[in-house]
Amino acid sequence: MLYREAGEFKTSYAEDNATFPLKLDRWAYRLLLVVAVLVVPFLINDYWVNAVFLPFLIYAIAALGLNILVGYCGQVSLGTGGFMAVGAYAAYKLMTAFPEINIAFHIVAAGAITAGVGVLFGLPSLRIKGFYLAVATLAAQFFLVWLFNRVPWFYNYSASGQISAPERTLFGVAITGPETHAWATYLFCLAFTLASAWIARNLTRGAQGRRWMAIRDMDIAAEIIGVNPLTAKLSAFAVSSFFIGVAGALFFAVYLGAVEVGEAFGINKSFLILFMVIIGGLGSIFGSFAGAAFMVLLPVLLKNVLAGGLGWPTDVVAHLELMIVGALIVVFLIAEPHGLAQLWRVTKEKLRLWPFPH
Amino acid sequence: MKTRLAGLALGALLAVPAVAQELVIPDLSYRTGPYAANGIPFSDGYQDYFTLLNERDGGIGGVKVRIVECETGYNTEKGVECYEATKGEGALVYQPLSTGITYQLIPKATADGIPIHSMGYGRTSAANGEVFPWVFNYPGTYWDSASIMVKHAMEVSGGSLEGKTIALLYHNSAYGKEPIRTLEELSKKHGFTLTQLPIDAPGQEQKSQWLQIRRERPDFVFFWGWGVMNQVAVQEAVNVRYPMDHFIGVWWSGAENDVTPAGAGADGYKSTNFTGVGKDFPIFADLQKYVVDTGKAAGDGSYLGQVQYNRGMYAALLAAEAIKTAQEIHGTKEITPAQMRDGMEALELSEADYAALGLPNFAPELKVSCQNHSGPGKALIQQWDATAGKWTAITDYIESDREVIDPLIAEDSEAYAKENGITPGCM
Repeated sequence: MLYREAGEFKTSYAEDNATFPLKLDRWAYRLLLVVAVLVVPFLINDYWVNAVFLPFLIYAIAALGLNILVGYCGQVSLGTGGFMAVGAYAAYKLMTAFPEINIAFHIVAAGAITAGVGVLFGLPSLRIKGFYLAVATLAAQFFLVWLFNRVPWFYNYSASGQISAPERTLFGVAITGPETHAWATYLFCLAFTLASAWIARNLTRGAQGRRWMAIRDMDIAAEIIGVNPLTAKLSAFAVSSFFIGVAGALFFAVYLGAVEVGEAFGINKSFLILFMVIIGGLGSIFGSFAGAAFMVLLPVLLKNVLAGGLGWPTDVVAHLELMIVGALIVVFLIAEPHGLAQLWRVTKEKLRLWPFPH
Repeated sequence: MKTRLAGLALGALLAVPAVAQELVIPDLSYRTGPYAANGIPFSDGYQDYFTLLNERDGGIGGVKVRIVECETGYNTEKGVECYEATKGEGALVYQPLSTGITYQLIPKATADGIPIHSMGYGRTSAANGEVFPWVFNYPGTYWDSASIMVKHAMEVSGGSLEGKTIALLYHNSAYGKEPIRTLEELSKKHGFTLTQLPIDAPGQEQKSQWLQIRRERPDFVFFWGWGVMNQVAVQEAVNVRYPMDHFIGVWWSGAENDVTPAGAGADGYKSTNFTGVGKDFPIFADLQKYVVDTGKAAGDGSYLGQVQYNRGMYAALLAAEAIKTAQEIHGTKEITPAQMRDGMEALELSEADYAALGLPNFAPELKVSCQNHSGPGKALIQQWDATAGKWTAITDYIESDREVIDPLIAEDSEAYAKENGITPGCM
């Protein structure tokens, strides 16, 4: 009744192809943006930004990146943690080698370097498919982590093998290092997340996205209708790795400030982001955000409710957290194999017809 | 509505002094995951000591201690979350029990003005208090332990290590990599060959490293492990029949939980330690009476007297004594984190103090100063007796080789100061 398209007339193709064709959706989206940009920065403190917002925004970028590769192009990858590490170490090397250049450029450059590495490790995808490709990308994961642990040049020969982000500013405001303000790091990451989502959305609904989806649905058919698998697959690896690299750079420089490759970018990270993509919904921009929110926010929420609110012992809570999140993942995948995004789509469809479904 | 709001406001006003009547100590523990075997006893000891002070003495200087426990799982992301969650409660000192989390927190806590006590772990060069005013690692550092282990090896092999080989088996992380610098220097000084054998976390898989040890037969194996990795390493050493008395662990690799799974084979395994072992100290009677028997213990009370429990208790003792010192310096009962830092920097413990606290001959005498945040840097060597099922100290407290370590600390801390634009100086 409230949520409907009746009365909305579209007079151009652009309007017809809009991301949010319904007025209500458009306004909700704009309202969300306004709240995110103009309201949240005034309300958050160190806890909210470091425990909730930064991980959510950064994982959302990584999930967007992986979704392009797995969800849109159908190339299974388990190398996400390794590619995030490339982004982090690239950002570190750039930050320490060129301290006079703005941090924002370093983050983008780190993404570009990761894109290059991603293409390199994407080459096997031209020959191998499915599970076999997953194993090949797994090799990338282990190789990259090993490389950053093994070659001291990557961590500037520091005794501990850790990399830590020196202080860098943007317009005179500290973005990395210990003296940052919650709102500054939040807005910095928000800008990257919004830009990534915008780029990803427009790439995937254009010709490039259709090529990826054609490859995903049936690569031989795609080749017959004129899609070049070489460029389609490698561009998917490049774009995906770019986003993952940006996420890795932000994860290291802005969120944690110091990382150790084996711990921060191990195989667990690859699985975590793959779970986000699967639970959120393959081939959906909204799904990337929903998946990241689910995997990042739910544990924090459970912890605060059970340990903080109810005062249960922390070890019991930690075990329960794993059990609840695990059970929810199974329940979600059984109830809705296409993820949270599909749940959202179904809800919207039903809302359009409500209250007269027949 | 108005009266209710006014009541709330009044309540809030009244609540402020009530909340301040306590000393908040966060405990970033890990009771889950691959490091829980070592994390649980340490955390139990840490909390039980404060509970004892609350129950027996009514707190420290009459102010009760409130412990805020937060589970990190030895994971840096969760560690950061725990830090942010607890710092707002007025946390006095952080004891993260993880080198990775310590590295993470050093810049953050320095900016927020909260001291970190990374007791025998973390960044070694934090020993230089002029560069790291907020970080303390007394009573010793990894480099102290490395040097003490070399000294012991030298003693075992008759005074010289010339031409010998030492294999360093380590957790492939900041924690395990810390001693390499010192061991390299020491290998130059004493003429032994150092082989490095990294093990990736969490360390259940170390067959290839032990195969290499079996092939090369190094004269000594030094071990920097933690959590489940310790148990696996001891078992593997038994499997390849490595002489256990030539297998020496750092103080984080020598607890009951690490050696018992290997059974009788683990007999003779050695490690360093900076506290006494066992339950033969008067304090345990009090702990039993006030904490365990009243059901207020953090765990089930089964770890009392074990290596990690005693160490957690010692960490709490050092924090409590620093609070007392701070209370004396500043003449106030409810201290702030900044005052806590002053207390930690002025901390001094003599043998008489330990005895008065119910722990005679438990730990080396301690004196912290602005230039020296790492304390005495002494440790003893303890050996596992599998038949009796306990650790026994086989040496007295050994002093580390300051001649080698001090220049290394100066060099590393200066590099850090330069990188981060810190002008060294006392606060």
